[in-house]
Amino acid sequence: MNSSAAAVGRRFEPAAKEPRFAGRRLSLPADFLFHKLAVAMAILVGVALLAVVAAIGYDSWPAIRTFGVYGFLKSSEWDPVAEHFGAFPFIVGTLVSSTIAMVLAVPVSFGVAVFISELAPGWIRQPVSAAVEMLAAIPSIVYGLWGLLVFAPVFADMEPWISDHIGRIPGIGALFQGPPMGIGMLTAGIVLAIMVLPYITAIMRDVFMATPARLKESAYAMGSTTWEVARHIILPYTRTAVAGGVFLGLGRALGETMAVTFVIGNSNNLSASLLMPGASIPSVIANEFTEATSRLYLSSLIYLGLILIVITLIVQMLAVLLVRSLNRGAEGAK
Amino acid sequence: MISLRAKRRATNIAASALMYAATFVGLFFLAWILWTTIKLGISAMHWDLFLKDTPAPGDGGYGLRNAFVGSLILMGIALVIGVPVGIMAGTWLAEYGGRSRSADLVRFINDIMLSAPSIEIGLFTYAIIVDPSGHFSAIAGSVALSILMIPIIVRTTDEMLKLVGGEMREAAIALGAPMWTVITKVTWKAARAGMLTGILISLARISGETAPMLFTALNNQYYSTNLGRPIANLPVVIFQFAMSPYQNWQQMAWAGAFIAIVFILLISVSSRLILQRRVNKV
Repeated sequence: MNSSAAAVGRRFEPAAKEPRFAGRRLSLPADFLFHKLAVAMAILVGVALLAVVAAIGYDSWPAIRTFGVYGFLKSSEWDPVAEHFGAFPFIVGTLVSSTIAMVLAVPVSFGVAVFISELAPGWIRQPVSAAVEMLAAIPSIVYGLWGLLVFAPVFADMEPWISDHIGRIPGIGALFQGPPMGIGMLTAGIVLAIMVLPYITAIMRDVFMATPARLKESAYAMGSTTWEVARHIILPYTRTAVAGGVFLGLGRALGETMAVTFVIGNSNNLSASLLMPGASIPSVIANEFTEATSRLYLSSLIYLGLILIVITLIVQMLAVLLVRSLNRGAEGAK
Repeated sequence: MISLRAKRRATNIAASALMYAATFVGLFFLAWILWTTIKLGISAMHWDLFLKDTPAPGDGGYGLRNAFVGSLILMGIALVIGVPVGIMAGTWLAEYGGRSRSADLVRFINDIMLSAPSIEIGLFTYAIIVDPSGHFSAIAGSVALSILMIPIIVRTTDEMLKLVGGEMREAAIALGAPMWTVITKVTWKAARAGMLTGILISLARISGETAPMLFTALNNQYYSTNLGRPIANLPVVIFQFAMSPYQNWQQMAWAGAFIAIVFILLISVSSRLILQRRVNKV
């Protein structure tokens, strides 16, 4: 602070002769340039999203022209030799693996967030919070490495049990049958669940902690149990932001590339069983991009990227708007 | 009444047990991942990792030097591009844009870019740099990384500058200081710890990015510092080595993962320390 005060003072000295404009006039070009530079960078940030969509759209144009929109979406063919490409198995793979991740991660995140905000003794809150945040700091390549070389072999030992027990249940049983390979849709879903857990938990924890104490304390004073407060006071009060956090996690799961590529098995054929290998949009792009020899092949892969960005954009816009709506509501409540 | 009370108590105990279990599950996987990475990473540690380049397929020996150097070059250039853009855009949001509609639009777009899948940034960089130039290059990789770090820097800069009290700005303006002097000499100075933390967090995030590298910097089996050519980098080397059948390659993948995690941990610990020291001082 000392040096900045001195700097301001130095600049102010000539103002003694010309009281009204001196300081301002002396540095007008610099001030003007600084402002314009800031504006230019803000514009750059503001148009980034549009530029990303436009550039990816431009590069996928050959594939759009050849296969159309509806034809590409519903076709299951993926034949680089005959140059016939369709997105259906990959869209299904992306949605299925992300759905498994959300089904597993949302309840666990809710549990961790309630634990941190309501149940945990004061001294343990900070360490548990920091540990969960660390899950978000681990790069996805490490999740992939661990998923493929450590988790998959362990999971392969559990799969016969899964197909013997859950696989016998009529209806959903068909989802849990197949050879125990350890890699496949279900493994990808589980690894994704671990990866999105910290993002959902962080939002839930923040909004749970921000629930006004008088609401919670009123309920406790009426004799409510911790669970009743969590279920009937905190959750209804924060549900918009909780939904936002869930969408944020979903956006992460849909676009996650490396970890999924390691463990999903990379088969371009659709399979009824979750234990069988599959592929998601990011995994097929990552796998085949450097092998794509023809312009149409490459363009079809980028077209898959265009579909993915449209899906994730919708999910993320919902997430940002939902999370923001609570912030605004909370500010209004103060 | 008693039965209702017993039922509520039982529900509460069951629900609490489930929440303890959920927390245990989360921590269990964190411990499992960290433990295997540390155990396998340390057992694969070898001086040759830092002194030799990646061995050819089937050859024995260890070496990741070209990958470390490549990653550092990629991150260094990404910082040079990303920090000025991010700081200036964040400064515009906090100091000039304020709560105007255009500033809110930029914030909204920035929030979406913040969580955009990194693979899309890779495809974008491929479309604007690699495809027109005709070959994969280190510079394209750096551009992709800088696009990934800019939203983080913009957001933390915006938030940290908004925390600076209005009195300081008003005092400087009252002394006749022009706006840019107020910003660079007063508000940036007051918010510098938070802004530095944002830059460090963004660096931690990009250090493990793999997907965008596949479409931009690609990989290089040899030592290279040529920015116009493909360059080796740690994440892609880990990817390639983990998928390989060679024993020494898989071990090196773990060593690389261990070093990446240590790097990220060091960054996050130091950013916490920076913030804490600031809090203590104030």
